[in-house]
Amino acid sequence: MKSTTENKLEKVAGNGLLGRRAFFQKGIVWLGASAAGVSMAATTGDAAPPWMKTPGAPLRGYGQPSPHTEATQRQLLQPYGTMAPGSGASVTPLQDLNGIITPNGLHFERSHNGVPAIDPEQHELFIHGLVGQPLKISYNDLLRYPTVTRTCFIECSGNGLFNANLADEPMQMPVGHLHGLMSTSEWTGVPLSLLLDEAGIEAGAAWLLAEGADPVAMSRSIPVSKAMDDAMIALYQNGEPVRPEQGYPMRLLLPGFEGNMQVKWLRRIKVTDRPTYTKDETSKYSDHLADGSSNLFSFTMGVKSAITRPALPYRMQGKGFYEITGLAWSGHGAVTRVEVSADGGTSWADAELSSPALSMSPVRFRSPWQWDGSPSVLMSRAHDNKGNVQMSRADWSVKYAAGHLYHNNSIQAWAIATDGEIKNVWS
Amino acid sequence: MFGVKRLLVIACFSATSVYALDGSPGLGQALDSAEITGIDISIDATGRNLPVGSGTALQGASVYEAKCLACHGAGAVGGENLADPLVGGIGTLTTDKPLKTVVSYWPYATTLFDYVRRAMPLNAPMSLADDEVYAVSAYLLFLGGVIEESHELNAETLPQVKMPNRDGFQSVWADR
Ligand code: HEC
Repeated sequence: MKSTTENKLEKVAGNGLLGRRAFFQKGIVWLGASAAGVSMAATTGDAAPPWMKTPGAPLRGYGQPSPHTEATQRQLLQPYGTMAPGSGASVTPLQDLNGIITPNGLHFERSHNGVPAIDPEQHELFIHGLVGQPLKISYNDLLRYPTVTRTCFIECSGNGLFNANLADEPMQMPVGHLHGLMSTSEWTGVPLSLLLDEAGIEAGAAWLLAEGADPVAMSRSIPVSKAMDDAMIALYQNGEPVRPEQGYPMRLLLPGFEGNMQVKWLRRIKVTDRPTYTKDETSKYSDHLADGSSNLFSFTMGVKSAITRPALPYRMQGKGFYEITGLAWSGHGAVTRVEVSADGGTSWADAELSSPALSMSPVRFRSPWQWDGSPSVLMSRAHDNKGNVQMSRADWSVKYAAGHLYHNNSIQAWAIATDGEIKNVWS
Repeated sequence: MFGVKRLLVIACFSATSVYALDGSPGLGQALDSAEITGIDISIDATGRNLPVGSGTALQGASVYEAKCLACHGAGAVGGENLADPLVGGIGTLTTDKPLKTVVSYWPYATTLFDYVRRAMPLNAPMSLADDEVYAVSAYLLFLGGVIEESHELNAETLPQVKMPNRDGFQSVWADR
């Protein structure tokens, strides 16, 4: 027997996917939900919880998350263990977040020899090479330059590595491990073009070498065209000075490009006529193809989406109503459409997208779903305004060599068992 | 003074606000050539910025033993709880077990010099003398079978080393 509530809901695809507006329909009372019972109280105080009856914590200078959310932490990936504890990554715990913006303390990290303790009073940005006037600009002087603000994601090109070609079978790990080398902030800083104009780019300039002040002097080659288009020297992250793990006092921001290029702790820019072929654009962050050759300079992050709930590490909590939600983004532009499937890709329905859809910024997608307790496979598929569509893992995988792990933007699926267990499966 | 009138387009929600900046405030200080020499450590594939100095594998063996072996292992082949193998794997890139190392994968030997000089040893970056960087680079290339043990690396010879996977790369960036 169907309940009256279910009968009122529009089914838009197989296995219980509901219309996007289902949440907001008037007059719907979800099964299982009921008004919290409040017993009749003799006095005001009897019905009030204890925290209403004693003074709260005093004011403080810098706010911290609730102690009840202490478990919401970045998870650390340290491939070299104690030998090189600063070489590796930490992932954003997407399973515990909602919305688009990543809290600063939970922004993913990728560093190659730890986070340098930079004294901003001594930090300078150098610009030289094919320029009319080589320059050094102190951090304090840079703070006096005109600024711009934009919201965009930064994604390590290794995001998705656990579902890439290094695994023989799907690994069971939290959605943060699978997709959390992507984080989003509102960044504020100085357009790089302004500084390059001040130095005066010379004829023949085609590339920059950007170098960090960390203890590997991380360096990458960047096309001048990108530098003059929308590159930023980011000074603020979600309104406060950039966090040390994100490059304090300044980092390069290259909207839509792979994270490794967005050099943190930025110290030096050399304008050049050709790429430098640094270690991090040849040995690493190059794409090893199925034919054995490798693509260099595959900078743009492809269109991608991931369901962050329901997702590992959690389980389903009984049949009934769920919001399927996640993030979708594209380094090519703006996400225009996200489809969701609850039957392993047999049928799809358009998800509701958070607005606005900004270029190189994620959208949050949401689809209401009535789970009847039967085995189900959830998937999401994103489209961007440049005509790119996310592909299956099978189609993605065959393009690359065994072991290849960069630029995996393929569809990821969650299989849900009747007992509520959620599993990562390949599309 | 160096500024060009530039339009900054700030995409801000659905509305687009535009403001014109008359160039930069020009707070940068002149950087002189001595300062540039001090900071300009990057070496591209032409090797044109390589420093004076030289070294051979014979000399590099002791540098490796003292400063690299603890993390990269005997023979630079890595190992359990060790850092990346630096040699081996030539010919594996088209197999179902590719082993990417400096010698099997990297297109240019100049990158090895550049990277070791700026980043290694990981526990004391930028501590090697240029002669030591040439020597330990020569040692790794010798161990990997790319050069002879007596082959001297210097600013002229290093860019001429032909790495086995030199032709295994293609740029997919439209500008080049
Ligand atoms: C304290 C441990 C340690 C020591 C000592 C050390 N290395 Fe490393 N090495 C590492 C780690 C860790 C990495 C990976 C760094 C990263 O995350 O980018 C690495 C990376 C490298 C790479 C790049 C490998 C690749 O395939 O991308 C080279 C080349 C290298 N080291 C050479 C050397 C040389 C030469 C020395 C001695 C002068 C040395 N290392 C000393 C830990 C060490």
